[in-house]
Amino acid sequence: MIAEAGLAALWIAAALALLQLALAVTGIRFDRDDLSAAIRPVAIAQGVLTALAMLLLIAVFTRSDMSVLLVAENSNSMKPMIYKIAGAWGNHEGSMLLWVTILGIAGGAVALFEKRLEPRTLTATLGAQALIAMGFYAFLLISSNPFARIWPPPADGQGLNPLLQDPGLAFHPPTLYFGYVGLSVAFSFAVGALVMRDVGPAFARAMRPWVLGAWIFLTLGITAGSYWAYYELGWGGWWFWDPVENASLMPWLAATALLHSVTVLATRDGLRAWTIMLAVVAFSMSMIGTFLVRSGILTSVHSFAVDPERGTFILALLAIYIGGALALFGWRIGTVRAGNTFELVSREAGLVANNLLLSVMLGIVLIGTLYPLVAQAMGVQLSVGKPFFDKTVGPFALVLVALLYAGPLLRWRRDRVQAVFNRLTVPIAIAALAIAGIFVLAPRAGILPTLGLGLAAGLAAASVAPLWKRDLRRTPLFTYGMVVAHLGVAVSLAGMASDSAFTVERLVAVRVGQAVQVGPYSVTLKGLKPAVGENWSAIEGVLEAQRGDGAPFPMGPQQRFFSAPPTVTNEAAIKTVFDGQLYTTLGDADGQGRRQLRLWWKPFVTLIWLGGGLIALGGLLSLLGRLLRETRSARRARKRAREEADWGEEAWT
Amino acid sequence: MKVTRILIWLPLALFAILLVVVATGIVKPGDRTIHSRMVGKPLPAFTLKPMVANKPGLSPQGFREGGPRLLNVFATWCIPCIAEAPELMELKRRGVAIDAVAVRDTPGDVRKFLARHGDPYARIGDDAKGEVQLEIGSSGVPETFVIDGQGKIAMQHIGAIRRDDIPDIMAALERAK
Amino acid sequence: MKAKHQRLTLGLLAVAAIVGAAVLALSALRDQASFFYSPSDLARDHVSTDKHIRLGGMVVTGSVAKLSDGVTTRFAVTDNVDQITVVYRGILPDLFREGSGVVAEGHLAPGGGFVADNILAKHDERYMPPQVAGAMHKTKSLDK
Repeated sequence: MIAEAGLAALWIAAALALLQLALAVTGIRFDRDDLSAAIRPVAIAQGVLTALAMLLLIAVFTRSDMSVLLVAENSNSMKPMIYKIAGAWGNHEGSMLLWVTILGIAGGAVALFEKRLEPRTLTATLGAQALIAMGFYAFLLISSNPFARIWPPPADGQGLNPLLQDPGLAFHPPTLYFGYVGLSVAFSFAVGALVMRDVGPAFARAMRPWVLGAWIFLTLGITAGSYWAYYELGWGGWWFWDPVENASLMPWLAATALLHSVTVLATRDGLRAWTIMLAVVAFSMSMIGTFLVRSGILTSVHSFAVDPERGTFILALLAIYIGGALALFGWRIGTVRAGNTFELVSREAGLVANNLLLSVMLGIVLIGTLYPLVAQAMGVQLSVGKPFFDKTVGPFALVLVALLYAGPLLRWRRDRVQAVFNRLTVPIAIAALAIAGIFVLAPRAGILPTLGLGLAAGLAAASVAPLWKRDLRRTPLFTYGMVVAHLGVAVSLAGMASDSAFTVERLVAVRVGQAVQVGPYSVTLKGLKPAVGENWSAIEGVLEAQRGDGAPFPMGPQQRFFSAPPTVTNEAAIKTVFDGQLYTTLGDADGQGRRQLRLWWKPFVTLIWLGGGLIALGGLLSLLGRLLRETRSARRARKRAREEADWGEEAWT
Repeated sequence: MKVTRILIWLPLALFAILLVVVATGIVKPGDRTIHSRMVGKPLPAFTLKPMVANKPGLSPQGFREGGPRLLNVFATWCIPCIAEAPELMELKRRGVAIDAVAVRDTPGDVRKFLARHGDPYARIGDDAKGEVQLEIGSSGVPETFVIDGQGKIAMQHIGAIRRDDIPDIMAALERAK
Repeated sequence: MKAKHQRLTLGLLAVAAIVGAAVLALSALRDQASFFYSPSDLARDHVSTDKHIRLGGMVVTGSVAKLSDGVTTRFAVTDNVDQITVVYRGILPDLFREGSGVVAEGHLAPGGGFVADNILAKHDERYMPPQVAGAMHKTKSLDK
């Protein structure tokens, strides 16, 4: 019964989405504000129903109801509860339902909480939202029903791919989905604003929390994904420029640009067309990302179950939504009045430069990712990897970091170059000193890493500079958010540069008892022992590592043999200390009684993910700061209105 | 103004190009399997000596009498071959006759493999250099061919046989009768 | 500056950025994309030693040897027409086996042979990389 209830909830929600669209179109077309008013409850009901459907799917998974096909295929009654729950979205149908659920709840939240926007613009926004949702409902209900039954029900389920039984993987995809769907809401706002030609600060303020929220989730998703690849693949790298990684990076780049331009629109009513365009681009990047991952048209180190048919469906949606939005843009933007202007040296100009640099990086990543496809169509086999992306994206990222020094210290509208440099004396001095110092102490660090470390040092100072000489208690929370996020960039950059400049790698074959020096550590192979897990067996290297005269500690990298599917993986053993990580993997026997060991000493590598976390935290502070200010000013406005009303009454009596 | 008009519609044009690029990936899907050009043709001439002592070797003559048979291309060093072993046993249980080409293998390894993972084969040919494998159009292991009663290749299955592939294979055998 | 002019300037800047990115990316791709070669391609075409390429073929049975340092492996790769010696320093992936297919990333050595910096192992149900199978079929049909 639960499954049928879930399916019914989905059908009703789909019907409501259709109703929502119809209400929006007729309401706007025939100037019927009474119809538009009905759209809010419809959107809220749709959100509630999708949430109900998702909860019901989780319920059938937790109850291990094997008569539901999806459960039988993807779950198992013996599985730990957390993976039963995660199993609900760890498959194609469930993940589509999760997508629709987040979309529905987001629509409901917009309907419930959005009070600042012009009612008509809100109506158009919710109409666009319904149109997006309908595409996904169609997909879900026509070709991938998550609640389909199977008869007779099997005794037990087939289980989840053991490699996917990892807490990181259970929560990684939903994190990215929250980001993608948040961008779809921003997209709906942009379409609504275009339809009503109402592109202004109110629209920007309404859209901003969604962009911020999406961006926080994308940041977290990318950071977590990077760490997962780092410890799970056992290759010592933290970013491989793999198509699947690029698929999450591209929406992030677009969202970062959008985040900054929407501030210009909200504060200064500038960059109107620009912001609309970025909102469209950001959502199209999330759809292209989903398409690349789901369709499997690009080979990747991350293997996913893939299906060209599903890819075609996402591609069709992409063509309709983005093509439609861009056509609407071409049709309408000419009639939207241009926003406020600014001088060449101003905060606005700095943010434009930020946007341009991010767009260039996005363009390069997009072309590099898709190039093998074009070549394949022309009959050439090639691959585009790390060397290409490092060389092309790296310099632009450093220029962007240099710009980041000045950006937050520039005044809106107009500023003077001399004044900006005065404010930047200390950070620039720190950067110059750091670069000179590294050049003298570690001349072989390489140009880009040296620049990166120096720039990071200066940026740390520059990013806290906006707090200089301010009353810290009266500084708004979102300013702290900006400072923390920019500080995160400095921290992350320092980690990346330190990893590529100072990493020590040793690849050796050793006998039992032999010791290897890697960085400050001496690592001894004490022996080998077998290890067994639930679905794997392994050979574990018994290592003992010691730093100088410090206390020795054990490490156990493994070579794991999985039975289903049959694979061998290298399970790295990692020791984290305050100034870096010792990373060890175990290789094969060399046939002469020795065992291969691959050891890395990676100074300050953890800063990469710590910085990512700081960036996300900064986003969260900004979001809270904005929401706090909104509610406060709303309360103040209500209070004033009440006081005025009281006044009127008093005067009356 | 003219420039403005171009600028306004440029995004749509760029998007159209992008869409075409991405769509080529779908139209020309990354189908990474190499299908045999031998499907529908009779088996080429070859003679493989027996791999293990108690089973005969392999030649096309063996496929020209009796009903349709399966020809499984496998190797003991191939991990997916271990994964498909239970499914081959299931096919044998259903009365399917299965022959094998053991690619680049040794009798000792094959004996151990069969003892450990089951022995569904009636005949096993020793293809020490993988020549016959290429000859019949197989580019990897495991692959499984359905050979009809006249020694013609009726179907090629690429990769390990999984539980849900069995109905397809049974149907192909039925058609080949 | 009038609002309209500023908007136009910004639009042109954006176009310049995108075009710049495209030009830069495409010109860099010419050097940085790793093309796929088979041993007979390498024997026939002249490929510069500083170019990063991918080599695909079958590992010749009996050719795999560990050098005395225990971590460097030398083996020959063939496409049944030509063969080339590959040297790789590192931990070999689990799918690497004599007589099976392999894709090596790296560059040609000045004195001949191929220096691999990466041996690809995709967890695939197929042991042979598709490019290799395709190339082998090509050479096979050329033989006949």
